[in-house]
Amino acid sequence: MINHISRAARPGFSPGLRRLSDLRASEHVPESPASPRLTEQASLYVHWPYCLRRCTYCNFNKYIPKENNDDVMTKCLQTEAETLLQLSQVSCVTSVFFGGGTPSLAPPSTIAKILETVSKQANLSDEAEVTLEVNPTPVAMSKLKDYRHAGVSRFSIGVQSLQDEDLRSLGRDHSALEALQTLGEARRLCPGGVSVDIMFGRPGQTTESWRRELSEMLRVCDDHVSLYQLTLERGTGLFKQVHCGQVTMPSEEMTAEMYQCARETLQQHGFQQYEVSNFAKNNSESRHNVSYWKGEQYIGVGPGAHGRFVPLGEGGVAREARTQTLEPDVWIREVQQRGHGTRRRIRLGHLELLEEVLVMGMRMTKGINHKHWEGFSPELSLHEIFGASPVVQELLHSGHLILDDRGLRCSWDGLALLDSILPVLLVEMDKQIFPKAAS
Amino acid sequence: MSKFPVDKIRNFCIIAHIDHGKSTLADRLLEMTGAIAKTEKNRQVLDKLQVERERGITVKAQTASLFYSHDGQEYLLNLIDTPGHVDFSYEVSRSLSACQGVLLIVDANQGIQAQTVANFYLAFEAQLTIIPVINKIDLKNADPEQVESQIEKTFDIPREECVRISAKLGTNVETVLRAVVERIPPPAGSVGDPFKALVFDSNFDHYRGVVANIAVFGGQVKKGDKIVSAYLCKTYEVNELGLLRPEEHPTQKLFAGQVGYIVAGMKDVKEAQIGDTLYHHEQPVEALPGFTPAKPMVFAGMYPVDQSEYPALRSAIERLTLNDSSVTVQRDSSLALGAGWRLGFLGLLHMEVFNQRLEQEYNASVVVTAPTVPFKAVLSSAKLIKGRRAVQKNMVYIDDQRVMMKYLFPLNEIVVDFYDVLKSMSSGYASFDYENAGYQAADLRKMDILLNGQPVEELTTIVHRDRAYSSGKAMCERLKESIPRQMFEIAIQAAIGSKVIARETIKAYRKNVLAKCYGGDITRKMKLLKKQAEGKKKMRRIGNVDVPKDAFISVLKRKDK
Repeated sequence: MINHISRAARPGFSPGLRRLSDLRASEHVPESPASPRLTEQASLYVHWPYCLRRCTYCNFNKYIPKENNDDVMTKCLQTEAETLLQLSQVSCVTSVFFGGGTPSLAPPSTIAKILETVSKQANLSDEAEVTLEVNPTPVAMSKLKDYRHAGVSRFSIGVQSLQDEDLRSLGRDHSALEALQTLGEARRLCPGGVSVDIMFGRPGQTTESWRRELSEMLRVCDDHVSLYQLTLERGTGLFKQVHCGQVTMPSEEMTAEMYQCARETLQQHGFQQYEVSNFAKNNSESRHNVSYWKGEQYIGVGPGAHGRFVPLGEGGVAREARTQTLEPDVWIREVQQRGHGTRRRIRLGHLELLEEVLVMGMRMTKGINHKHWEGFSPELSLHEIFGASPVVQELLHSGHLILDDRGLRCSWDGLALLDSILPVLLVEMDKQIFPKAAS
Repeated sequence: MSKFPVDKIRNFCIIAHIDHGKSTLADRLLEMTGAIAKTEKNRQVLDKLQVERERGITVKAQTASLFYSHDGQEYLLNLIDTPGHVDFSYEVSRSLSACQGVLLIVDANQGIQAQTVANFYLAFEAQLTIIPVINKIDLKNADPEQVESQIEKTFDIPREECVRISAKLGTNVETVLRAVVERIPPPAGSVGDPFKALVFDSNFDHYRGVVANIAVFGGQVKKGDKIVSAYLCKTYEVNELGLLRPEEHPTQKLFAGQVGYIVAGMKDVKEAQIGDTLYHHEQPVEALPGFTPAKPMVFAGMYPVDQSEYPALRSAIERLTLNDSSVTVQRDSSLALGAGWRLGFLGLLHMEVFNQRLEQEYNASVVVTAPTVPFKAVLSSAKLIKGRRAVQKNMVYIDDQRVMMKYLFPLNEIVVDFYDVLKSMSSGYASFDYENAGYQAADLRKMDILLNGQPVEELTTIVHRDRAYSSGKAMCERLKESIPRQMFEIAIQAAIGSKVIARETIKAYRKNVLAKCYGGDITRKMKLLKKQAEGKKKMRRIGNVDVPKDAFISVLKRKDK
């Protein structure tokens, strides 16, 4: 109770101060995956599965509810959060992220209740980043203030596009103007703590129109931008439309150009690209997402949520990859019956964990530094694993990869081709870590 | 049961063009003589192989002994069913050697077709009695009169000798049996002669060893007898023998004139050479004229999909060729695909059936590379005589509606899809038969395939000069489809000497990175990346290009129809 009020009572704290404390917290001391430091804390992901409509491109775990299930869902999210936090035995939750579905459909009280549950189980600092994904409709906009009061410190606005026709054909239920209005309100409530999501590679888009749209966006957005290439996923409405020839996607050439253009433009406007799709200025990087890319523990709560943590509460010693049951109704029953709806748990072996650390870490522009890697692989350094390989040498020579005394990372060019580079690195790592098996 | 005077025995075959009704007639004969019960289910009982049932064709000739009463006398009729397809004419000639007569079936609607003619000549050359049977008279478009004219004109057989039947309905089939008894002579040879038998087929049984199908030309043989193979001069003891009805019916003895099976401790099917003569070890006889081995016409490379499956495939091929000695087998290896074989077949269908049997009966997964015809390369001299397309040799009118044309073709031109195209262009009416006319010089070139300037040895081929461009282009296109994009451009070229004759380009990736990868995405992404990493391990690196094995396979394998 007190926690919740005190969070709400500090909406106007200085962004600068917050960033500083964040920086300190992110400097890691070498440690092993099951080392106390890593298992003492985790970030928390909460999934609100409901949506009002289906966007044509979306293949997330989302459902259009037939009746209002908010109360039951909220109660179950609280229960599962409590159970899993206890299972993980973390003493500190470093960040919370509300995703979905459409989390901005949930009542603000849901947010408050979940944060309260978390606070009871672990230390949730006042500085902890609490993000809420927002679908920028007028209704959502009117709730932003309450969300702030409930404890949200960062809004991620799903703008997607500033062209109304595109929004319509993507199946979105808001206009560009409404999105901009919501953005404005969010900035007012959380200055420096607002991110916008935009999409490129949309049907009918050209590099020119994209450039113009970006400029418009940059005039009004806050300190953080996530830009995503629209990808066709099987089973979505958009996939079917493209298949039937109703809709054509821009060529690969063009989308590659759009990506490069966006990177350059954002850089020119003072944004630092810190990950494949994420750009920040004024140190507004998403603490939560960075913790994914840095291989830190995270607990996933809600239907279809994913988690990675050591179940110390059960005597576990190794990190597990966990998935919660996908279907909300089934998940609800499971949570009610046994406290959580975990569908799958897979122990991550040493190599598997390293592979994840590699794949996630390379997405960041800073890549993986030696100290970070040592925490997960004390026996084999990055130089030892990758230094001698001829294929890696080729990548170093072609300028796509950099391996120096800071660590391993992609160059500007290499980052755009990361998925061509990663299989090469995985093969090398396999060879080095299991030399007999790999032959 | 096994004591039948030779004069009451008739050995005959049913021969015909494909689908004219041999197997249906065989069914009827079996039913009528009680070998199988009369039921609806007796559809082509003799076609035992799955592939035969699926394709509705006979691949392996099967044998059955039937009992028939005629004019108060018991007769033993030995029937041998044969394949109708052009590829399997070798099986036909083997079966004929054990018979004294044939039923030559002609479809009353289709009339004489290519295999009708081919089989007729086989029987004629073997000096067998030929009973023409006109089948499918129940069909609407049947024209038996016309067919009888054809038969008279083409084969010089008086129309009165034709028997009109419907094998499907059983109409007039009794007449066929009577004709067999009355017109086909009994086998020569008597029980008193020294034992002499012809091996006309064999099977391999895992428990008993080789089961040989024999036609007893003289004398008798019983269990426990010591017999000798003329070809190998090896002695064996008879473990088991009997009749085929069509299943095995063990008996104590087999007598002159009879057809049946024998199991004599032979471990390898090469010990029961087709065409071999068997005799009592104490009574050697003059060997029967053997068979010239069938000449393979079509070759294919067969490779396991992965080298780890080589032993399994080897064993499957060995077992399958035990029962099909017309397949020639040679070990071969390809730079791209590893160790494998070069198999020779009697024709495309033969190869397809073999392939299908490999997959169905032995669960083997095989890469089949395009058939190559045997080349004799003159290595010293580079000068070759100009090649020819087809040269017409002659043309004969069979009747007022049909013409038979003879051409000389380079084998390469017909070996892939000529038959198919001919069939479809002529709506199935045209039929086709071929024989080897020997080697002819032709204008051939060596074509290389290059990736970013590096030659890919495994894909070097020999092509006819006129085909070089289309072949090179096709290979480049297939490669383009099967080599994944990489971080730089890939130039695919087909070249003869230093001259590039075809080219395709694979563009470089400009962007290849997953847009979103958060906590919930990593599992799926890892799976995908691991799969790609596994794939990369199996790729061959040619210069700076990673080439998956599938690419080689897709270029080398036969085009799908």
